[in-house]
Amino acid sequence: MASLNDYLLVSGLLFAIGLAGVVLRRNIIIVFMCLELMLSAANLSLVAFSRFNTVNGLPDYNGQMLVFFVITVAAAEVAVGLAIIVALYRSRQTIHTDELTSLKG
Amino acid sequence: MPSYLFWLFATVMLIGGVAVVAFRNPVSSALSVVTCFVGLAGLFIGLSAFFVGVIQILVYTGAVMVLFLFIIMLLDLKDEAKRANSIAPVAGGIALVLAFVVQLVGVLSKPLPNQAAPVLDKASMAAAAAGFPEKGKIAESLNEGRLPDVHLIGHTLFTEYNLPLQVLGVLLLVATVGVVVLSKRQVD
Repeated sequence: MASLNDYLLVSGLLFAIGLAGVVLRRNIIIVFMCLELMLSAANLSLVAFSRFNTVNGLPDYNGQMLVFFVITVAAAEVAVGLAIIVALYRSRQTIHTDELTSLKG
Repeated sequence: MPSYLFWLFATVMLIGGVAVVAFRNPVSSALSVVTCFVGLAGLFIGLSAFFVGVIQILVYTGAVMVLFLFIIMLLDLKDEAKRANSIAPVAGGIALVLAFVVQLVGVLSKPLPNQAAPVLDKASMAAAAAGFPEKGKIAESLNEGRLPDVHLIGHTLFTEYNLPLQVLGVLLLVATVGVVVLSKRQVD
């Protein structure tokens, strides 16, 4: 039986992988996918806490409600974010963060 | 969940995650995200969160990643493979992640108070059935020793979380309208 520490360790490692992707990849679509990985890592720790803290003998469903809301908001975020990326590509013909330097002083 | 299944799904998930960052081709990265999320759904189901595991597959790998693949194929990204990575962001990323992992191991090296998962057997579920309306679906399943995960989530969602659910509906509507406006606007 895996312990709570194991779940939190795996969740933290997945978060670290997502963070690495956000920092070291230049393609904005892959940066966006790595953001999804980080959100899912948070979901994993929420579900683990929900299972390991029972309320009246059942898993704590408040944690799983938060996961439900996170997944829904992430789906909306992906739709809007990808629309922005397509608009960006249409105006600049690039999606590399190196070449998007309009805000640089 | 038996320990070997936990480590199997965790390994699939972490290998998928590393492959997302390592692959140069965006299509390979998107398919690695799918692998990663399938492993994650296995972990959710092992934690008796059946509903969350199923919507992880349906929503994330079914809808979101297909949308990603659609956009990757819509934008023609042929020059990606030739691009050389500069050394500074790679070194910075690895240093940041190493610092994070060291902190993580430091925090988790001390065991947390409740290590073993509380038991979910027939006796504990039958005791929990007292809190729900008699002859309802939830109490019936609990008395039979099955965890009515979907019913319990629906019950919580429509009693305690009714207002957030309505707000979420408005959020999805706003996102849909926003996407249509963004896609229709002509960029000069």
